[in-house]
Amino acid sequence: MAYQEIKLYQTGTFVAGNRLLGPEQRSVQARMGRSNSLTSGHRACQGCGEALGARYVLDAAMRATGGKMVAVNSTGCLEVFSTPYPESSWQLPWLHSLFGNGPAVAAGVAAALKAKGREDIRVVGQAGDGGTVDIGFGTLSGMFERGDDVLFVCYDNEGYMNTGVQRSGATPPAAVTANTKAVGREPGNAFGQGKNVPLIAMAHEIPYVATATVAELRDLEYKVERAMSFRGARYLHVFVPCPLGWGAASADTIKLARLVKETGLFPVFEAENGEVTEVSKIRRQVPVEEYLRLQRRYAHLFGDPGRPDIVARLQAGADRNVARFGLLPEGDE
Amino acid sequence: MDKPFAITLDIGSSRANKTGSWRTERAVYTNRMPPCNDACPAGENIQAWLYEGEEGGAGYERAWHKIMEDNPFPAIMGRVCYHPCETACNRGQLDESVGINSVERFVGDEAIRQGWTVSVEAPPTGKRVLVVGAGPSGLSAAYHLARRGHTVTIREAGPMAGGMMRFGIPRYRLSRDVLDAEVQRILDLGVTLELDAKVTGLMTLKDEYDAVFLAVGAQLGRRTYIPAGSAAHVLDAVDMLRDLETGEKPLLGRRVAVYGGGNTAMDAARTAKRLGAAEAVVVYRRTQDRMPAHESELAEAEDEGVLFKWLTTIKQVDSGKLVVERMELDESGFPQPTGELEELAADSLVLALGQETDLSLLDGVPGLVVDDGVVAVGPDMMTGCPGIFAGGDMVPYERSVTVAVGHGKRAARNIDGWLSGAAPEPVARPALATFDTLNTWYYADAPRSHRALLDRARRESTFDEVVLGHDESTALMEARRCMSCGNCFSCDNCYGVCPDNAVIKLGEPGENYLIDLDYCKGCGLCVAECPSGAIQMFPEEI
Amino acid sequence: MLEQIEGSQAVARAVTLCRPEVVAAYPISPQTHIVESLSDRVRTGELAPCQYLMVESEFGAMSACIGASGAGARTYTATSSQGLLFMAEALFNASGLGLPIVMTLANRAIGAPINIWNDHSDAMSMRDSGWIQLYAESNQEAVDLHIQAYRLAESLSVPVMVCMDGFVLTHAFEQVDLPAQEQVDAFLPPFAPQQMLDPEDPVTIGAMVGPEAFAEVKYLMHAKQMAALDEVPVIADDFREAFGRSSGGLLKPYRLEGAETVVVALGSVLGTIEEVVDAMRDEGVPVGVLGITCFRPWPVAEVREALSRAKRVVVVEKAFAVGAGGIVGQNTRDATRGLPVEVYDVVAGLGGRPVTRASLRGLLDDVLAGRIDPQRLHFLDLDFALVQRELERSRHGRRPGPHAENILRDIGTVASGAYE
Repeated sequence: MAYQEIKLYQTGTFVAGNRLLGPEQRSVQARMGRSNSLTSGHRACQGCGEALGARYVLDAAMRATGGKMVAVNSTGCLEVFSTPYPESSWQLPWLHSLFGNGPAVAAGVAAALKAKGREDIRVVGQAGDGGTVDIGFGTLSGMFERGDDVLFVCYDNEGYMNTGVQRSGATPPAAVTANTKAVGREPGNAFGQGKNVPLIAMAHEIPYVATATVAELRDLEYKVERAMSFRGARYLHVFVPCPLGWGAASADTIKLARLVKETGLFPVFEAENGEVTEVSKIRRQVPVEEYLRLQRRYAHLFGDPGRPDIVARLQAGADRNVARFGLLPEGDE
Repeated sequence: MDKPFAITLDIGSSRANKTGSWRTERAVYTNRMPPCNDACPAGENIQAWLYEGEEGGAGYERAWHKIMEDNPFPAIMGRVCYHPCETACNRGQLDESVGINSVERFVGDEAIRQGWTVSVEAPPTGKRVLVVGAGPSGLSAAYHLARRGHTVTIREAGPMAGGMMRFGIPRYRLSRDVLDAEVQRILDLGVTLELDAKVTGLMTLKDEYDAVFLAVGAQLGRRTYIPAGSAAHVLDAVDMLRDLETGEKPLLGRRVAVYGGGNTAMDAARTAKRLGAAEAVVVYRRTQDRMPAHESELAEAEDEGVLFKWLTTIKQVDSGKLVVERMELDESGFPQPTGELEELAADSLVLALGQETDLSLLDGVPGLVVDDGVVAVGPDMMTGCPGIFAGGDMVPYERSVTVAVGHGKRAARNIDGWLSGAAPEPVARPALATFDTLNTWYYADAPRSHRALLDRARRESTFDEVVLGHDESTALMEARRCMSCGNCFSCDNCYGVCPDNAVIKLGEPGENYLIDLDYCKGCGLCVAECPSGAIQMFPEEI
Repeated sequence: MLEQIEGSQAVARAVTLCRPEVVAAYPISPQTHIVESLSDRVRTGELAPCQYLMVESEFGAMSACIGASGAGARTYTATSSQGLLFMAEALFNASGLGLPIVMTLANRAIGAPINIWNDHSDAMSMRDSGWIQLYAESNQEAVDLHIQAYRLAESLSVPVMVCMDGFVLTHAFEQVDLPAQEQVDAFLPPFAPQQMLDPEDPVTIGAMVGPEAFAEVKYLMHAKQMAALDEVPVIADDFREAFGRSSGGLLKPYRLEGAETVVVALGSVLGTIEEVVDAMRDEGVPVGVLGITCFRPWPVAEVREALSRAKRVVVVEKAFAVGAGGIVGQNTRDATRGLPVEVYDVVAGLGGRPVTRASLRGLLDDVLAGRIDPQRLHFLDLDFALVQRELERSRHGRRPGPHAENILRDIGTVASGAYE
């Protein structure tokens, strides 16, 4: 972590708060006065990682901007479970337009605020992986290329969950979805090229790109704060488990997010202007199997006879990430 | 703003949707028993005083008061207790157990340094209790009884208070200044101490008091028959250590053999070296792994150059030498004589074969059950004779200072109940906070700090305390390694990880969080991500 | 002030006078000169404060306008044809959210086959999108309609598209009277949004509405658009007061007095039709014109009233519903239901084919002579020989049915006259 890790024995900066820390040293989430940008009563499933991620990101952004911000949201789970007429769980200014245009709408909002001389009001756009990686990709790239003053956040739960768990460009190989079932010679999603949007964002050389998970609250909050310290197009890719879509226990959401990093499957890093600047090291490396076994979408890989060859390929992918990004602490390679 | 119908909504209007109706199980804040508390023979609430202490500053005094609720001897414990708490400590399964003992010592020493005191809050009851024996058990009972408002008199047979703390544990393990300070604190509560006042006939005294607590300890060294020549120099370890305390320096010669494998044997050997013996050899009939002495004592003895002869028994003692027989383990692991003899040069032999209780004072007391040299007591520490309680080395339990202190506390509680006519309320023991109930990911990587030891040269020649205490910052860091098993320590994780914002933070000390049952969907994330396992899921009634 | 100016430039000037704060620009022929001109005006500071956003597609353009309008800014974009379709989803979104965006639609045909020239198929494809549609007859009217459009949009919180015929108007140099900034400022107050994103007063815009309320929302949209039928004339009156000329309004009647035959049309073709009608009137033929300026909402009552005394109505439209029939014609038949008037529906000028005076005269003569069947959709200046050959070719192997035979009959019937 690039942020100032507090070496306080007991829990340090691993937990949300800790009474031994001064209020300023605790996470935004630990404070009683946190914004609760997404408040109770929403219709997300039990244990929804996206609901958690959205509150984490927006509360941190509200703090970083002194409450002077607006949010733009693409169609998806987050938008649907938070705004079914007549109930809205949002407590900040929020606009939903369409599925594929989140980045463009956010760009328009930022332009309007600039024209009005209100650049003190900041813009955050947010969407799921579907709305970012697939249908929103064109507008996202346009936003990056123009350098619109928007922080765009992708909550990646690796599928079109709102419509019933279909495969998206972010669905990992071998995962079962509603249209990549465990039948045929190559069960689950195919081993394709993948679409690494954080790297694509870096190729646009925008000021700030970062990845994060909901398991590391302090890291995520830090990255939001850091992102808000820049002007121009910024991108944050947050890994958020979906218990329902993945066939995982609702109480495992944070554990899964932790494991996806600790296996090396999801590199956590920051980049500025196209170059990686910080890598968050793996703390206690584990084999991918430990992560996969917790999710029914990978159940077809185990059992009798299972598919150890596919597991091995997934492990190879994780190992490649470890080598490519330098995810292990020095001396542990 | 003129909001268009249905297109645009008021913020936070979702709070009308009480998603609590979704759940099939709910999160409940519970307390589990920390294994350290569970293991402490004195029943200290270790997790609670570490919780206070880890705040530093005024926290140390709060921690001290917490300890004093259960145990009046923190500074002594920090030196002589064998810390079963540390053995049970869950952190031992993560990296290394928390150095609870070292922190207790720091807090106890700080109390002595700062002159902290406790007082008697309870009104005087007018009841008189006799405590026989001013060892750890008797002193502990006297302390707790005094704090409950009773009038306590201790009759001690010896010239000084302390029991085995003074006459059994050498100074290099427990400085006498510390001992005196913690004993005096008890006396300052108004406890009467009569020294050189051995009780011989208990029944004559019984009517002067409303209740009696017997804690005479096991001061007699056990004898075994070893053929000895007329000039053979054989001592009893217990006598030797006691005499040392009263000012006599036993003459041991250059080579000293100690027979036995317990802590007393270690103390005898190490004391012998300090008294000038060039060589001290511990002779033990079994193997090292079977010896009853505590590992740390063995390690310190070895460090000091004490030698060991395992699987050896002594057949004969003569002037200047012993005849010993090598033993061998049979299939069931018991040592059997091999018949092979050898000579061992030794100017004196110290017997440390166990201790027995002088039960003469119990003559004529009806109802007592004595078995195998110790007095049987019920779980309330009462003997077969109503109104007479007993504890410490004279009852059939494990023998240590901490166990004795625990007996004193338990006896005091039951004596108090017996005196008021109402049995004390049973203390509820919640389920154990085992390692699997924790989420140890959240604890920072923090290696343990071990206490430094006096250097070898000084250890050989003086009776200065061998184990040094921590400085404040080290003690504080050590206290903060505590994982607060089974008890909330206000880390805010539950408040942070609930996707439905259904944990209310109260922000009051001692009153931490509430589950908002209007919105809790029962997902279980708070339980999974609570580092200390202080939340549990319970099924809803459907 | 009078200027001889290209249509696109005039529109750019008019838009500039309206002071939009955000302009989203994506190029498509024949709208390009408008957005190019606006870029220059932003760069020189003539249009300021304004953010000119060069977006990555038309979908991005309308989306950026949605965001900007949602943030309380006056916004503008322009497109044509394929671009309009590409932003189709966003059009419905903008009207559904009630955002007063104004857009220029430089009317152009929709492919396939790709065709960059003028007809009304693009606007017609989006007639149900919830946007108000105004059609300019001339470049002057185009200028005036943009100014009126902002007032209309912002007073009702409904988006407005101003249609002007691509190339025919956009690239034509005509004399245009451009108003002064003070006049426009007086006519068009600063935008006061009905709703907007504001940290001081946060709201949630764009909720999901289920069966229990969706119908009501749509009804309210409809009611709001219907209210435009009252608002448009009021604004046109105010405009005449302020700027001294008639422009806009719902309808443009021309020589309707005593007209037994009325030609109904939208856009620049009205100029040609008026010339033909003048010539016929000179010959004593009682013929007139009803120009539709506001096509959506459809001014059914006003159209009915205007056509109530006619015997014949000839709708000349630059688009049609493939497989169904005319569009404006169908709306016109709605308006004249029950009246003793025959409505003829004629498709002309598709894909930029010029609509000549001669062809129009020939058409009206045919109508008056009874040579045109009012039950059938008619195509002006179609190469029937070519079509017949193609149909014969593809007919091989297919069973003929009544519909196919009707088409052949059409060809046979109408192919008997060629028009210069």
